[in-house]
Amino acid sequence: MAEAAASAAVHHEAPQGFIRKYIFSYDHKIIGIQYYLLALVAVFVGMGLSLFMRLRLAWPNAELPFGVGVMTPETYLALMTMHGTLMVFFVLTTAPQGGFGNYFLPIQIGAADMAFPFLNMLSFWVTFLALLVMLAAFFVTGGAPISGWTAYPPLSAVGEVAGPGLGTGQTLWIVSLAIFCGGALMSALNFIATTLDMRAKGMSLMRMPLTVWTWFVTAILGLLAFAVLLAGGVLLILDRTAGTSFFIPGGLVISEQILSHKGGSPLLWQHLFWFFGHPEVYIAILPGMGVTSQILSTFARKPIFGYRAMVYAILGIGFLGFFVWGHHMFISGMSPYSAIAFSVLTMAIGVPSAIKTFNWLGTLWGGSIRFTTPMLYAIGFVSLFVTGGLTGIFLGQPALDLYFHDTYFVVGHFHMIMGVAAIFGIFAATYYWFPKMFGRMMNDTMGKVHFCFTFIGVYAIFMPMHFLGMAGHPRRYPDTTSVDFLAALDPVHLFITIAAIITISAQFLFLINLLWSYFRGAKADINPWHSTTLEWTVSSPPPHDNFGGKEPIVYRGAYEYGKPDAPEDYVMQTAPD
Amino acid sequence: MGTTVAPQRPEATLGGGGGNIPAEGFGDSGPGGFSPGAGRSVYRTGMWLALVAVTMLFVAFTSAYIVRSGISDDWQPIAIPSILWANTVLLVLSSLTLERTRRALKRGLREAVNWWVSVTAILGVAFLAGQLLAWNQLSSQGIYLTTNPSSSFFYLLTGAHGLHLLGGVLALLYITVEAWRYRLGPGNRTVVEVTAIYWHFMDGLWIYILCLLLFWR
Repeated sequence: MAEAAASAAVHHEAPQGFIRKYIFSYDHKIIGIQYYLLALVAVFVGMGLSLFMRLRLAWPNAELPFGVGVMTPETYLALMTMHGTLMVFFVLTTAPQGGFGNYFLPIQIGAADMAFPFLNMLSFWVTFLALLVMLAAFFVTGGAPISGWTAYPPLSAVGEVAGPGLGTGQTLWIVSLAIFCGGALMSALNFIATTLDMRAKGMSLMRMPLTVWTWFVTAILGLLAFAVLLAGGVLLILDRTAGTSFFIPGGLVISEQILSHKGGSPLLWQHLFWFFGHPEVYIAILPGMGVTSQILSTFARKPIFGYRAMVYAILGIGFLGFFVWGHHMFISGMSPYSAIAFSVLTMAIGVPSAIKTFNWLGTLWGGSIRFTTPMLYAIGFVSLFVTGGLTGIFLGQPALDLYFHDTYFVVGHFHMIMGVAAIFGIFAATYYWFPKMFGRMMNDTMGKVHFCFTFIGVYAIFMPMHFLGMAGHPRRYPDTTSVDFLAALDPVHLFITIAAIITISAQFLFLINLLWSYFRGAKADINPWHSTTLEWTVSSPPPHDNFGGKEPIVYRGAYEYGKPDAPEDYVMQTAPD
Repeated sequence: MGTTVAPQRPEATLGGGGGNIPAEGFGDSGPGGFSPGAGRSVYRTGMWLALVAVTMLFVAFTSAYIVRSGISDDWQPIAIPSILWANTVLLVLSSLTLERTRRALKRGLREAVNWWVSVTAILGVAFLAGQLLAWNQLSSQGIYLTTNPSSSFFYLLTGAHGLHLLGGVLALLYITVEAWRYRLGPGNRTVVEVTAIYWHFMDGLWIYILCLLLFWR
């Protein structure tokens, strides 16, 4: 009794008022849902932008709705910039890590909350502020920036003189990213400290679910990478607003004006940006890998194949990810010797990636597979990861990249691996954990229809882009009408646009499923999927402090499925020997 | 020597933590864990992680500094303002006095704690004022942020360091106030520990920046 009282004193009590409970909440579960909703808003905005871009590519002279009219090339570039930025930062970085990581990491390691609950709340609200600042760029004079999500200077640094959106819009863009870095750093710190110091008794590192491993390594990448982006962002802000010349070279004449800047290096930005940018790819995809491992094992009713190898592969991918940024810059005039070094290291990432893929297939092999919706999405993730990964090997060769660079091949590649694969990870996680988060099952039929449309749809959209790229189609062109050799490719653009319209429409099915299931879904019991990890030992949704003030004790690893002598075919992590 | 024993709050709320967030940072909660007391080390972990991020920030600035100075033909090294030497002495002294504070706290010499921590805070504030004076000296010579890439980096590095140090000064001021009110319970002792880590790191970081400015011209 005394013990219980003492431990209660350390805790934060469940808050009562609406604002403390749901708005400025310290509870990692509420914060996780907040991150998820933020990403949901951002993903639908980002998707809407891509729809307008596709319409413009298929019908360059069409009058578009919502006051867009006949879209100017500048508007196309602005939509493209905002699409990329919203998706990379506010969807792929927030939902898998801030959303599901926040919700499930503490529960899966047996903790009552994150290590620093206040900091956790601050991270979310800082990220929210960053989103508002980013969206504000649409509504200022000149509109959103047109320099792409990578914001290469001098275009992004010289200001309004170079084009619409490069004035206030670009300043808001870079300020938003600097704010975002702040939120991401706080969040990363919290995740690492939580994983290191808050594990329950018996939860050794090698007993952690692979989801926890991926969130942990993702946080390490975030802590190291976002600090560097912040540094680059500060320099860019100074170049834009204070008149320094970190990135702006001398002798620039833009719109018949001579700029006073001199001596800066645009390549310096590229180095700083991609030193962040490549790990960012893994920040987006690693949590999806963890979720896929968790789900494949659960629904194949088999232990994950090669758990230790999986852990080392995650660490290997995270480590190598910091030494390959140069492969984004092969055509920047880099020394061929550096290019070869970057290329070899890039190829080296293929090894841990192949280990992971092999182990996923090994997990499926001979399993008694249950084709639930989350399982379908996890298998889809493996498919997309392989497709997107293989094209990465092409782009990692300097000789091939000279040709492929800045073509649709690159667009197809990174949408497959970073975009859609990570999104499939989010979908898989949503269908898998929704019952735990909201106490109701999601509709399985609707989920499967959604999966079919999405899976076939994304291949129909992004596969043809590889062929466009091989045909030499540059990316970022708003239309093909003024370029003769591209005119023959117009039918492909039309096909992609139609596929995109169908796929985007299917996403509303997901939204409807979320809402319908939240209110009308069948009640979920504690462990509907017969999973083994700690979140399935507590009620759905879990109580305020996750385990009702009692510390769970962990006796075994996370994936004990298909036990021949067990009463059921799985053993919970908390089951004593 | 008055060995006043401060009234300790029985379940002192933990404060302090990562980054340059004011010391009462993580207010209401303990470190989410179940066993009371086991959570103290998490604040140390958090601080070290924050310092990793700070390190990466300055590593990035350093690489930008080296690249920018290497490629350009417009780099003119600026003369380091002489007041920086005095500032450096102040900052190193403040690290020493902070150690005296910690030692006194460990021995329960509360009176000594109050004085040493006050001296530390004053030295910290003096350092910041000195840095502003250095900026003043430069600008009176007509050297501004945009004058030259070298001066841009001078203002950038000293400014970024100063902002981080300001966080440490705020934490020191908080500790000073708490010390004079005799409220250094277990929770606030964690704040002292964590602030000390941060402060020494900022001290080392300053020495590093000074060396960079001196030797990589």
